[in-house]
Amino acid sequence: MKNILKYVIVDIVQNKIVLVYTFLLLLISLSVFNLESNSAKGLLSLLNIILIIVPLICIIFSTIYIYNSSEFIELLVSQPIKRKAIWLSIFWGLAASLSLAFFIGAGIPILLYHADATGFMMIAMGLFLTIVFVSIAMLAAGLTRDKAKGIGLSILLWLFFSLIFDAIVLFLLFQFQDYPLERIMVFLSFLNPIDLSRIQILLQMDISALMGYTGAVFREFFGNSLGISLSFAGLIIWILIPLIFSLKKFKAKDL
Amino acid sequence: MKTACIILLIFTVKLAESKTILVGKSRTVKTIQKGIDLAKSGDTVLVDAGTYKERNILLQKSIVLKGVDFPVLDGENKYEIISVKTRNASIQGFRLQHSGRSEMRDIGAINIYDSYKVTAINNILDDTNFGVYIQNSKNCTIKNNFITAYGKNEVQSGNGINAWRCDSLLIIGNTIKGHRDGIYFEFVTESLVWGNISTKNIRYGIHFMFSHHDTYIGNVFEDNESGVAVMYTNHIQMYNNHFLNNWGAAAYGILLKDITDSDISGNHFTKNTVGIHMEGCSRINLHSNSFYDNGWAVKIQASCDNNDFRHNNFSNNTFDIGTNGSLVLNTFNGNYWDKYEGYDLNRDKTGDVAYHPVSMYSMIIDSNPAALMLFRSLIVSLLDKSEKVLPGVTPEELKDKIPLMKSLPL
Repeated sequence: MKNILKYVIVDIVQNKIVLVYTFLLLLISLSVFNLESNSAKGLLSLLNIILIIVPLICIIFSTIYIYNSSEFIELLVSQPIKRKAIWLSIFWGLAASLSLAFFIGAGIPILLYHADATGFMMIAMGLFLTIVFVSIAMLAAGLTRDKAKGIGLSILLWLFFSLIFDAIVLFLLFQFQDYPLERIMVFLSFLNPIDLSRIQILLQMDISALMGYTGAVFREFFGNSLGISLSFAGLIIWILIPLIFSLKKFKAKDL
Repeated sequence: MKTACIILLIFTVKLAESKTILVGKSRTVKTIQKGIDLAKSGDTVLVDAGTYKERNILLQKSIVLKGVDFPVLDGENKYEIISVKTRNASIQGFRLQHSGRSEMRDIGAINIYDSYKVTAINNILDDTNFGVYIQNSKNCTIKNNFITAYGKNEVQSGNGINAWRCDSLLIIGNTIKGHRDGIYFEFVTESLVWGNISTKNIRYGIHFMFSHHDTYIGNVFEDNESGVAVMYTNHIQMYNNHFLNNWGAAAYGILLKDITDSDISGNHFTKNTVGIHMEGCSRINLHSNSFYDNGWAVKIQASCDNNDFRHNNFSNNTFDIGTNGSLVLNTFNGNYWDKYEGYDLNRDKTGDVAYHPVSMYSMIIDSNPAALMLFRSLIVSLLDKSEKVLPGVTPEELKDKIPLMKSLPL
């Protein structure tokens, strides 16, 4: 497993797209921090990038990478190696190298310009999102053999988490306007890793005071260390569930 | 010439008459109350440094009570320290501490009742319930005092400077900290509040009701639990005040309720949850104010009418304007908005297309606060962008027809 992991990491790190991704993140982060009048505002602009671009790149790159290495996977399967080891080493290889790319591209500028609790939370959430979306990509790629379908599915999943889910939430909010929805909102936010990380970062920025009672409910739930650990646990579940499903699928797959 | 001579003569006679009574542990007069009792109108009672525990000191003569090197008047957490019921008296240079507290009466360090032209200057008030309490008085001056309390909750603490049914007060250059309300006015008219600093109070920096024709200049209201709230008053003038860091779920830079015919200009609203919250206000001129880094710069309820926002700077706020209805009876022309994305083809320094300062999401939040969950999400920014192009939910008439291209130097 170690050798496969090493091979996958070396392969991805040398990949031009990952290099461009790292460089792009670095460029955006540095320019955002230098252009904005204060670093707190830079952090807010960076928030949008982390919540939109990072999941998109991670899910699409991972899906394509898995399809492109299908021959390599077939070769490995013919060797006396457990399928679980192959699949997990590909997952960890992707997750590790993309996390490294994120850390160099966005993490280091954040540490340079805004190294406080908010900054750390942002880096943590960026890394979590990277791994979550690699895991979701593994599932998307495992579900179908057709490359076009797989990539289409992963784009759809990204669209769902970053846009459609929120639209549904907004719709529900207006349908059930007469009911107290604050606590349900807390629950709903666990159903979307992007929402969960956004709320966690925004609470660090003390935006919650803006929103009266709802803000107070969110603050009460997510603001203390229990809430933070719960949301971290939620994100870890978001990593594990798609991974386990895809692993099951891969184990039973006729290659 | 003759009259002038006579006046001069009377004056010199008066001067010759007035004497100074020295009070101190090493003097013949040991207590301040004794000194006051001995004094006649126009005299000065000079108090040496030291600690005086005299329960309640009653001042009913037109004299100057002056402390040397801040003698300490201790209320032992039981008594009202100085009570003033006179005209033309002055209290200067004392350190008043540990005033009493009562559920029945408003006990303070300096209490002025039914008086005229009483001044309190350069005193230090520490751990007092009410700091300076003025009731039914005219032309009093409260100047350069440091008033500090350590209140824990609203019910059990008093106000820094509390005035009830007064006229022509001058409240100048005081520093007030840790009370329920920094400055509290009820039925106080024609007064000037100038250059005070009111911070870290449990409720409001300044709070007034039914206090018409008052002027507020260059005060700083910072870090108060609920900011500033003013109500049921007309003809107020507020110039160059600073409303800073009033951040919290129920905090306002300033809350204006039923304020009419007033002028609010040159003020700075920085880092408040809501810069200005307006309810039932009419005919207020808001110009040359700067709104920076607030959650909402202005929240204006549909119950306000004929208010005019002009030449203000709106920058770095999460939401510029919030409102709760589609009826718009106020004008917002000629302001600078940092979120404005229009152009200026004829180079007259104002944008050629109108700016709509109310974002769709702020309307959503107002009617459905649980939508906080979607704050700064992609769908919200998409909705906001489309709403800017084709206003449907936001009030169409709430717009700046001539938005400025560059911020004003305020």
